[in-house]
Amino acid sequence: MNINLTMIVQAIAFFAFIWFCKAFIWPPLMRAIETRQKQIADGLAAGEEGKKSLENASRQAEEQIAQARARAAEIVAQAEKRQSQMIEEAKTAAKAEGERELAAAKSEIAQEVSRAKETLRAQVAQLAVAGAEQILKREVDARAHAALLADVQRQL
Amino acid sequence: MAAAGEALTPTSYIGHHLSNRTIKLGDSPFWTLHIDTFLTAVFLGVIGFGFLWWVVRGATSGVPTKRQAFVELLIGFVDEQVKGIFHGSRAFVGPLALTVFVWVFLMNATKFIPIDLVGLFTGKVMQQKEWFPVPTADVNTTFALALSVWFLMLFYNVKVKGVGGWVHELTCTPFGSNPLMWPLNLLFNAVEYLSKPLSHSLRLYGNIYAGKIIFLLLWMWAASGLMGSIFGGVLALGWLIFHILIVALQAYIFMMLTAVYMAMAHESH
Repeated sequence: MNINLTMIVQAIAFFAFIWFCKAFIWPPLMRAIETRQKQIADGLAAGEEGKKSLENASRQAEEQIAQARARAAEIVAQAEKRQSQMIEEAKTAAKAEGERELAAAKSEIAQEVSRAKETLRAQVAQLAVAGAEQILKREVDARAHAALLADVQRQL
Repeated sequence: MAAAGEALTPTSYIGHHLSNRTIKLGDSPFWTLHIDTFLTAVFLGVIGFGFLWWVVRGATSGVPTKRQAFVELLIGFVDEQVKGIFHGSRAFVGPLALTVFVWVFLMNATKFIPIDLVGLFTGKVMQQKEWFPVPTADVNTTFALALSVWFLMLFYNVKVKGVGGWVHELTCTPFGSNPLMWPLNLLFNAVEYLSKPLSHSLRLYGNIYAGKIIFLLLWMWAASGLMGSIFGGVLALGWLIFHILIVALQAYIFMMLTAVYMAMAHESH
């Protein structure tokens, strides 16, 4: 254990190695590590950003779907309302038409009936005249008995 | 490896393995160089930092290779430790701590190689009778590191606080700025500044040197016969496993103290 020149020489070697580390080892590796750390941090931040924007997008999509759904329901309701309205209108129209036709048919029937009655009445009068002729065995002067015939016809 | 013609006694074995290969450069005992300590340390430094440099040169900020991940883990670990102690730019203190940690760890780790295997290589291949392969078990290395850190600490004290600020800190802390307290403060700080490099270097030196001696005793036992080989081997294995901890721990402590001293130099009380 004796201190000698070795100490000085070792100290010089020590400083040489410190210089070497400071110049060639420490800074480049630290730079590499820090660059990578920054890259990783950036990547994580970008991932976070992406997640957030995805959330935003899905929330927007949900909102839009809800809106569309509401709009669809509204449209359907409107359509239903319109449908029942149309049915109602059709019903009313059909009823009116039916009633109108019924009335027409009724009046036609009544006309027919009265016409038939007229005809029948005439025929019955003729028959009655014919019957009377047969009974009286003589001609009935149509002109002389026109008033009588008409009277009979009216009574039928 | 005892030299030919010498009797293999415990004293000679241990003495032999604890003596450095020296080169005399002058008359005074100071002008001696432990060339084994120096060359081993530089060799390990070149290997260690060369490896780091090789990996860092191909480092990518994209997906790292496993090799790069290992180096990033190491440097990230050092950076984390320093960050916890030293608040400020780590542009210098970071590399300093990394250098200390890696270099001290590698120098400590040479202890794992059984010394007679090292002796085989240094003796037969390098033709060196004496070669002490653990640089941190040489007090010159630990003092070189600790004093370098100490001088850096003084430098940053002056740089950050200015001469006036530093003198104020020396005279007025920790007992207050009362002029009566100045001598006491100075004395206190002198003891602190003196003890810092001593404890810093001797802790590492003592741990590694003592571990080395235990190893030498175990290896010597292992050479003493079959039973010795078995028990010596088993105990050496245990001691070796324990020393994985010691080697890493001492390197870690040395690094942390370096960071602490640097932090103290940068922060005013």
